[in-house]
Amino acid sequence: MNEPGMAIGDKAPPLALPDTAGQVHELGESSPETTATVVYWTCNHCPYALAWHERMLDAARDYSDRGVRFLAVNSNDADRYPADSLEAMRERVGAEGGWPHPYLHDESQAVARSFGALKTPDVFVFDSGLTLRYRGAPDADHDDPSQGASWLREALDAVIEGREPERPESDPVGCSIKWR
Amino acid sequence: MLREEMAAAGIAEERLRVTEIETAEDAEQSDFPGSPTIRVDGRDVQPPGLEEPIGLTCRVYRRRDGRISPLPDREDIREALRRGRER
Repeated sequence: MNEPGMAIGDKAPPLALPDTAGQVHELGESSPETTATVVYWTCNHCPYALAWHERMLDAARDYSDRGVRFLAVNSNDADRYPADSLEAMRERVGAEGGWPHPYLHDESQAVARSFGALKTPDVFVFDSGLTLRYRGAPDADHDDPSQGASWLREALDAVIEGREPERPESDPVGCSIKWR
Repeated sequence: MLREEMAAAGIAEERLRVTEIETAEDAEQSDFPGSPTIRVDGRDVQPPGLEEPIGLTCRVYRRRDGRISPLPDREDIREALRRGRER
């Protein structure tokens, strides 16, 4: 199953995955202006991931002009869950008029394992040196849109300002990643 | 939530039957569209759409206010219990 997973302060493992258009994105290719990088696991069929979806897209839009890079990753086994196939991911992004960040396909699940990702959603925030500064849920309640991904935003504000996040970890809440 | 609504409707908890669906075969046999599925007298409190496959997955419910949720709307459960009592 999974690697032990990342601890706060760890460096990001390698990540090179294709998005829904086939373009490969790598963590190490961030520009010098990148102040923070958010890598989060999501998928097409989990109600928790769907409930938090708009909040994550809003955060990506709100922080884009502050140098924050967002990458969404789907690692679910598409053989058992066809709703999470690359084709279904592509259709979804198209149907929603495009996303403000790439939606990456982790077909081998190797990236999820190297990060120790467990759920959808599961959020990892890295600083400009790709050191992990926050890991967990976007906010306290999937059922309350007014929460607005506040835990993620607090972590990003801290990282951008060069501070340690006051809440560096929370328990990720959602559906388990569907392993092969 | 279900137990609360059963109690509010005066339905004894002994009438609640919890079934664990552990395999894809179990899911097929039970016509199981995902977890959690709540049926009152065999009827789903929020029947799945035709596009929802049978299998070991999470149900995606839509609340009456449009929010997506892992649980059905409490009012849908209440209504299903009410209908069940009337039958």
